[in-house]
Amino acid sequence: MIIANTLADGFVVFLTEAHSWTNDITKGAVAETDEQAESLLTAAKQAEQTNVVIDPYLIPINIEDGLRKPTEYREYIRATGPTVPIPS
Amino acid sequence: MYRYDEFDARLVTERVEQFRRQAQRRLSGELTEDQFKPLRLMNGLYLQLHAYMMRINIPYGALSSKQMRQLAHIARTYDKGYGHFTTRQNIQYNWIQLKNVPDALADLAAVEMHGIQSSGNCIRNTTSDQYAGVARDELEDPRVYCEIIRQWSTLHPEFSFLPRKFKIAVTGSPNDRAAVKLHDIGLRMHQNEQGKTGFEVIVGGGQGRTPFVGKTIRDWLAPEHLLSYLEAILRVYNLDGRRDNKYKARIKILVHQIGTDEFRRLVDTEWQQIKDGALNLPQSEIDRINAYFTPPAYAQIDDETESLNEQRTQNPAFDAWVQANLAEHKVSGYSIVNISLKSPKLPPGDVTAVQMDALADLADEYSFSELRVNHRQNLVLADVPQKDLLSLWTKLIELDLATPNIGLISDIIACPGLDYCALANARSIPLAQEIHQRFQDIDKVHDIGELTINISGCMNACGHHHVGHIGILGVDKRGKEFYQFTLGGSSDQNASLGDRTGKGFPADEAVNAVEKILNTYIMVRNDGERFLETYRRVGMKPFKEALYGSA
Repeated sequence: MIIANTLADGFVVFLTEAHSWTNDITKGAVAETDEQAESLLTAAKQAEQTNVVIDPYLIPINIEDGLRKPTEYREYIRATGPTVPIPS
Repeated sequence: MYRYDEFDARLVTERVEQFRRQAQRRLSGELTEDQFKPLRLMNGLYLQLHAYMMRINIPYGALSSKQMRQLAHIARTYDKGYGHFTTRQNIQYNWIQLKNVPDALADLAAVEMHGIQSSGNCIRNTTSDQYAGVARDELEDPRVYCEIIRQWSTLHPEFSFLPRKFKIAVTGSPNDRAAVKLHDIGLRMHQNEQGKTGFEVIVGGGQGRTPFVGKTIRDWLAPEHLLSYLEAILRVYNLDGRRDNKYKARIKILVHQIGTDEFRRLVDTEWQQIKDGALNLPQSEIDRINAYFTPPAYAQIDDETESLNEQRTQNPAFDAWVQANLAEHKVSGYSIVNISLKSPKLPPGDVTAVQMDALADLADEYSFSELRVNHRQNLVLADVPQKDLLSLWTKLIELDLATPNIGLISDIIACPGLDYCALANARSIPLAQEIHQRFQDIDKVHDIGELTINISGCMNACGHHHVGHIGILGVDKRGKEFYQFTLGGSSDQNASLGDRTGKGFPADEAVNAVEKILNTYIMVRNDGERFLETYRRVGMKPFKEALYGSA
């Protein structure tokens, strides 16, 4: 999947099949081949050029029980938010 | 406290408008991220793991109640309703949106606050003793010199692009609460043989991946020469500090590579050129700044020994708080109250907007409308009449701000770690909370006594792990979080760097390792001996055996 931050608000987003951006990991596009990954990255770099997002890159994910989970824990925390509750 | 004059006010307001235009140009695509990044960093705006993060300076940790209310407003209006006080006496917001930053900065400017030089390779917020001006052991108020340094270093044209960031700390007490030996420059006020107060100048201290305790390059410097001498140090560093390698660019590496004597010689040579010139600090200027720090109108009252003792006897929870969280005030009838930001419920240093507003009210009611932030991520009400302590404590309880643990095991420094930080390799906050949970028993906590546990989520050491009595460094080992331990670190006047125990522990064994270290301490300590003293007496061996076996 492609992960990035939006320029205007900075929040973490994923690239969709339609080449739009979503905060919802379940709506992001999953590349299953190198070619698909390359094509997603090209679209993401375009969005970086047009100042929609910052620093998009590919992350590997596993699909566990139908849920998408980034394989590296750094990216997992980045995708799902802090592992401690937000103070309230 | 210091109030902006017309120059400060204009500078900060102009900067807000400048940044507003820069942000607009970035959002419209006129500026690329590469062009914009240095501009946003100059105003304290980072891009972190989940979002932008905005760091706001709190000069030497001093806050008015009005400023605290504005920090609450920022948290509520532009963020997710909380802020994080840092080990550099600043505050960070974790969820700020770029499009809102100019408005947030304008709101901050209205209360004389900003993020200028809170990032980048420049002179950062000068930090100090949180008990400045009220400590019983103090020679002179260090805030006066912090403010003079702030004015000198703000937008100093020659030092805007140093090889790397630069941090200065000042203490006016022999008991160092500002960690001056762990800064690029540490200034310790003391008296010379003639009884005149001046500065011991310490350079090249620091943590990060190559930690050093600072070296003294001048035993005593007269206050009138403070700025010219600092300028000479900065010039030598600016010219000779390495710029080829970010990890070798701090002044500590330069001092280490050329040696303390050679560094002192270079500084003295430079100093001779500028000494007694425009940077001389006449007494009139010191007095002018000193006037901003005139003590508040204390009432003439005696210490409340009897009534306070009675309240403590009647209420063991109040007694535990008084014992742990109060410090001696220089004026009779008053106490310094430490407010712990290390409750089991919130990450170390985090405060909600509701708490901030309430703290501002408490400062108005009990402490001349001022608060301080310390480098251990706690807050201080510096001037509380002892007759009001019980009433203050009752209100702090309601706010979950009365945790009685200052200087004890659960008063843990922890950086934001991988829960927030883009640089981190491992998480810090969950481990701090787990340690806090494990050591809940108040009798055991008091039995262990004075102890600092400092946790960093990467080797940049924002969590000061090198100088924790027990230091914990989170690392990534083949895709898993591991924690390495150091023992025997200290950031006080007898500063020392901790020694590595050996190999690290996986996340689920880290708290057990802390417990093994403390059980060993309890076994081998002498009567009344603190953890640090025991470690310095017996060394690593028994701790190593407890952690790894005696093979």
